Amino acid sequence: MSEHSEHEHHIVSPKVYVAIFAALLILTGLTVAASYLEMGVFNAVVALAIAVIKATLVVLFFMHVKYSTKLTKLTVGAGLFTFIVLVGMTLCDYITRAWGRW
Amino acid sequence: MSSATIVNLPDQSTARIPKMNYLSKENGLLSWLLTGDHKRIAILYLISISFFFFIGGALAGLIRLELLTPQSDLLATDTYNKVFSMHGIIMIFFFLVPSVPATLGNFLIPLMIGAKDLALPKINLLSWYLYVGAGILAIYAMITGGVDTGWTFTTPLSTHYVNTNVITTGIAIFIAGFSSIFTGLNFIVTIHKMRCPGMTWFRMPLFVWGHYATSILMVLGTPVLAIALVLVILERTVGIGVFDPAKGGDPLLFQHLFWFYSHPAVYIMILPGMAVISEVISTFSRKRVFGYTAVAFSSVAIAVFGFFVWAHHMFIMGISNYSVLIFSLLTMLVAVPSAIKIFNWAFTLYKGSITFETPMLYAFGFMGLFTIGGMTGIFLGTSGTDIHLTETYFIVAHFHFVMVGGMLMAFLAGLHFWWPKMTGRMYPEKISQLAALVTFIGFNLTFFPQFILGTLGMPRRYASYPPEFQVLNVFSTAGATILGVGYLLPVLYLTWSLKYGEIAGDNPWQATGLEWQMQSPPLTENFREIPIMDHEAYDYEWLERQKEKEVASVG
Ligand SMILES: [Cu+2]
Repeated sequence: MSEHSEHEHHIVSPKVYVAIFAALLILTGLTVAASYLEMGVFNAVVALAIAVIKATLVVLFFMHVKYSTKLTKLTVGAGLFTFIVLVGMTLCDYITRAWGRW
Repeated sequence: MSSATIVNLPDQSTARIPKMNYLSKENGLLSWLLTGDHKRIAILYLISISFFFFIGGALAGLIRLELLTPQSDLLATDTYNKVFSMHGIIMIFFFLVPSVPATLGNFLIPLMIGAKDLALPKINLLSWYLYVGAGILAIYAMITGGVDTGWTFTTPLSTHYVNTNVITTGIAIFIAGFSSIFTGLNFIVTIHKMRCPGMTWFRMPLFVWGHYATSILMVLGTPVLAIALVLVILERTVGIGVFDPAKGGDPLLFQHLFWFYSHPAVYIMILPGMAVISEVISTFSRKRVFGYTAVAFSSVAIAVFGFFVWAHHMFIMGISNYSVLIFSLLTMLVAVPSAIKIFNWAFTLYKGSITFETPMLYAFGFMGLFTIGGMTGIFLGTSGTDIHLTETYFIVAHFHFVMVGGMLMAFLAGLHFWWPKMTGRMYPEKISQLAALVTFIGFNLTFFPQFILGTLGMPRRYASYPPEFQVLNVFSTAGATILGVGYLLPVLYLTWSLKYGEIAGDNPWQATGLEWQMQSPPLTENFREIPIMDHEAYDYEWLERQKEKEVASVG
């Protein structure tokens, strides 16, 4: 912890925090509003899309990943990558089950 | 055995264990329970995983005794289900997963990369407490009724049909998972941040590379297991319905989640074993590991490919034909890096000055048995043959060849190899060579007949079987008793050696790793000053020059 060269802490200004907080509130409102709209299959898609945007904002700004080292970014990316493999390949199974035999 | 040996012990009449070392630094139970020293935590882990190994082993003994006769006569069928479930759960989550990383890995990684401890000593201790807490909970679940879902907790059996301690056991494994995540996280941070000057990535021993790959799997895979178990618990308690078709869920989703962890988990179990074998093979053939870079990258390749093959456990479970095709092909891919390792070890042996001390005997056992285990994995990954072989004893034999024949052999190889470093004393060579031989014979007698039983169609997980399968089952049970002796022997003579073993000195094997260039047992702070790595890994000429220098300075 003593090496100062490794820890160039980026100071995030309160303004950024407030802006992100506001964005999160607006997006929450949007989720609530969207739940009153009937969009068929897009109900889930829209809700999930808003949630993903919110999560991304939290990870990038509140968790400081945007200002972190490449190694931290790689670590976050690795988690995301495995998650996509898990969901993607599982979904491939679900979608192709309906195709029946070849 | 050949009389040639590389063992180089100090003069026993004058040699003493160094007064100051990590074992003698502080005394009393509290100095152990509150320690931050990675070496002491490794010893704590070693004691606790051995305890669980013998519980799991006793359960295995019960299984084999029941299967001695075709009828279900020793155990009621319900009890039999619980016994094999608890055998699997204890052996996998409480022995195999932490076996090498939490003991040898914990002890050696800082020594090998020239660090004074792991990056996060308190997290390391916390991981042991989580492990012990989880273990106690699992044993509590076992004595208060047990669990009978198999170690795989397959839905809808585990969520809708059984009334055993699924929730308690699930929580136990959930907690054990965090212990494993903490170990992995600690290794990753340590390997990235705490290498000594000159210790570049490609100067690290392959042991460290193997553990790095393992840690990636632990950190990225284990959370998915945790999610799967939490969902099973929620399904049982409040009926959230993710696995329930009546509520729009899908029981197969559980298997997707479970195997997404549990296939990489077999690499969590085997990669540290391979890491040990690289060190042992190099030391006892006096050669640099052939194709160092290939072996290092094959560990990482196994870790990455390991995430793409999980559905090969689900070929007959109702996944789509197209998924079967893709996952079957991808499974073939993951065999390549394992084969790279085996071939490179074989080339390391080629023209080496091979000696046959106990760790090397276990390593030979590993190479043969792991190869058979791996090759039969290809049979199972091929979707056509899998339909015939899956859920039979062929699976049981395949898995035990990899895990017992592979991983346990590697664990014992590593334990014997680093025993002098950990305790400062040698184990008795002759009797331990005998134990290695007994283990090998017992192992083959136990598990080879199970391959034949599997191809004949004997299903796994039943307490009774048709009488024509009895002969092979008798062989298997007889082998299991021999195997049991093979595992009891090390406990006896290793304990004996703590007091009566010969003084080992710094470097009994004349090995090149940094851990061998310090006193045995090491100091609490490992290095008086941080070393500088000025040579490649496995550089035996460097070691010779070092020795000449010493002689010159003494003379
Ligand atoms: Cu698998």
